[in-house]
Amino acid sequence: MPRIELGSYVEEFITWLLRAIPGVLDAISAVVTAITDALTLVLTGPPFWIWIPVLAVAALLVRGVGLAVYTLLAFLLICSLDLWAETMETLAVVLVAAVIATAVGVPLGIWAARKRAASTVLRPILDFMQTTPVFVYLIPAVFFFGIGAVPGVVATTIFAIPPAVRLTELGIRGVDPEVVEAAHAFGAHPRQILREVQLPMALPSIMAGINQVIMLALSMVVVAGLAGAGGLGTTVVSAVTQLDIAAGFEGGLAVVLLAIFLDRFTAALAQRPLKGYWSKLRNREPAAAAPTPAPVA
Amino acid sequence: MSTPTTARARPESAETERVMIRCEGLTKVFGSGPAATEALELSRQGVGRSEIQKRTGVTLAVHDVSFDVRPGELFVVMGLSGSGKSTLVRLLNRLIEPSDGTIEIDGRGLGGLDDAELRELRNRRMSMVFQHFALLPHRTVRQNAEYGLQIRGVGEAERREKGEWALEQVGLAERADALPGQLSGGMQQRVGLARALASDTDVLLMDEPYSALDPLIRRDMQALLLRLQRELNKTVVFITHDLNEAMLLGDRILLLKDGRLVQVGTGPEILASPADDYVADFVADVDRTRVLTAQDVIHPPRVTARLDDRPADVLHRLGQAEATAAYVLDDDDRVLGVVHDDWLALAEATRTQEVSRDSLTDDYLTTAADRPLIDILQQVGRHPVPLAVVDDGGKLVGVVPRAAVLAALVTPGRS
Repeated sequence: MPRIELGSYVEEFITWLLRAIPGVLDAISAVVTAITDALTLVLTGPPFWIWIPVLAVAALLVRGVGLAVYTLLAFLLICSLDLWAETMETLAVVLVAAVIATAVGVPLGIWAARKRAASTVLRPILDFMQTTPVFVYLIPAVFFFGIGAVPGVVATTIFAIPPAVRLTELGIRGVDPEVVEAAHAFGAHPRQILREVQLPMALPSIMAGINQVIMLALSMVVVAGLAGAGGLGTTVVSAVTQLDIAAGFEGGLAVVLLAIFLDRFTAALAQRPLKGYWSKLRNREPAAAAPTPAPVA
Repeated sequence: MSTPTTARARPESAETERVMIRCEGLTKVFGSGPAATEALELSRQGVGRSEIQKRTGVTLAVHDVSFDVRPGELFVVMGLSGSGKSTLVRLLNRLIEPSDGTIEIDGRGLGGLDDAELRELRNRRMSMVFQHFALLPHRTVRQNAEYGLQIRGVGEAERREKGEWALEQVGLAERADALPGQLSGGMQQRVGLARALASDTDVLLMDEPYSALDPLIRRDMQALLLRLQRELNKTVVFITHDLNEAMLLGDRILLLKDGRLVQVGTGPEILASPADDYVADFVADVDRTRVLTAQDVIHPPRVTARLDDRPADVLHRLGQAEATAAYVLDDDDRVLGVVHDDWLALAEATRTQEVSRDSLTDDYLTTAADRPLIDILQQVGRHPVPLAVVDDGGKLVGVVPRAAVLAALVTPGRS
């Protein structure tokens, strides 16, 4: 059996890429660094006793009392573990990666929903992205962007893109074809149909996709600690290398608490109508009108 | 509904008349590639649907259908499931591209239109009502009603005014701010209808709009459509699988079977002379009392009298007709009353020269020519004189004897 040197081809390609597009890599690096730093500054700047009430009120509006209480207790616990700054750094990386992943993934999903060929091409690529062991992403990321937050964000973003694509495609394909047909019958432009019919009707599915993006980003961001991404990842990685059970448990618990908060929060956003106080405040009057049968001529 | 006289004018005899929708040799083959081309070729040679399916594996949905729809006509396309009726209505606005044949809307061919022109035509000339309502679930009833206008780019104020008007037409103005999901099926379809009306198009395509509704609601919606049609006079193409609905609504009915046109005509025409056994079988179950009108069973009065007639002559005519009473008319043929044979015999005995007004009785009933039989069944045979059919001015145009009604209700070929 002849040995196919697949790995070294890829290595050569990566090395060539590094020489061919250094400007682009530097630009990406600069932009990602700037955004991540800015967001980290916003999240870590104000002390916890400002942020925790803000997050709790947001949870109350979006979901309700339960999540608000959870938010309060979970983040206070993180504070008492002395992991507040690390958690906020992690949150910043997760948010940046999730926003980029959504911005890339949703348009790809729309494209895949409209063109069968695009869907066929994208599917194996997405499978590849989702099943490649997460550590493997880090090698080219570090290669391209060095050590620090940027390779973490880039690797996290790539890892988190697939659910955004898949659930956007699924959502748009799932829109009642008769409604799309009706839009055609009234002379709507395909762009109008996408904007006014397909996207709004696919929104719950797209939001579920974004929820998954955030969860994947969070699971990846810890691994990105290996590349020096900072935050909880560093805490966990150093605990692992030192076999420090106490630090490992605390870091891991902080990740879990953050994950539960993000999941419940974004899942509530995905539901329509919203269950939280925001919709109760907004819809108080229309909900009161009882259905009355229309008079028949 | 139009009167039977105008409805009976056949398209062939109306070439000078304006035609709103004209279809010529409309054919649709589903699928693409050589198999579809071959199927199309076979269909041109007149090979039937099942044979084509067997030979090429391609479905021939609509096969060589031609018809005209005049402005203001409520044209019903009726067929069972799989007959190609939903495909046919979608060919009319090119939601489905025809494989062959031509369509003209108000004299303008649809074939050569590019995408932008087609959208313009769909938006301004035709609107459509769907079986499962096809409303936008995230928009209010009002926004749904305004949808066509919003696409047209109509300004906020005008849009609101027209949307409001359309919702009033269907009796839903007070639910304008509800979401479709909060309404019952019948109400949702009213929104669907309002959306079509608000666009103010000449042509209204309705694809089995009432099939998903329960029978009572359906009857309301049918009545609503008939009322709106009287007021707004749109050109409607209405798809249904329910022959009773077709007969109730349609000025004319097109019967479709396996993608082919079987018969076109008014309801009574199809009842009276079904084109083939298939149609005959079909119409056997129709409730004739709702389809046929007094016009369809009218007879010339056998005996009438005038005030200056001699009682002896009238009595003689009554005897010949084996009748016991006769309508007495004035000089304009308006019904004055009924004279009975016993009075006439008495008058003859006393040598009275004229039928006097005092002798007339009012034991008779009148009806209008467009009343369905179900309405007049109670009235025929109640009096010695047959039921009088009068026009708007009270003029006697004919009578409906009980035997004529019974004869019309008997299904031909079935006893």
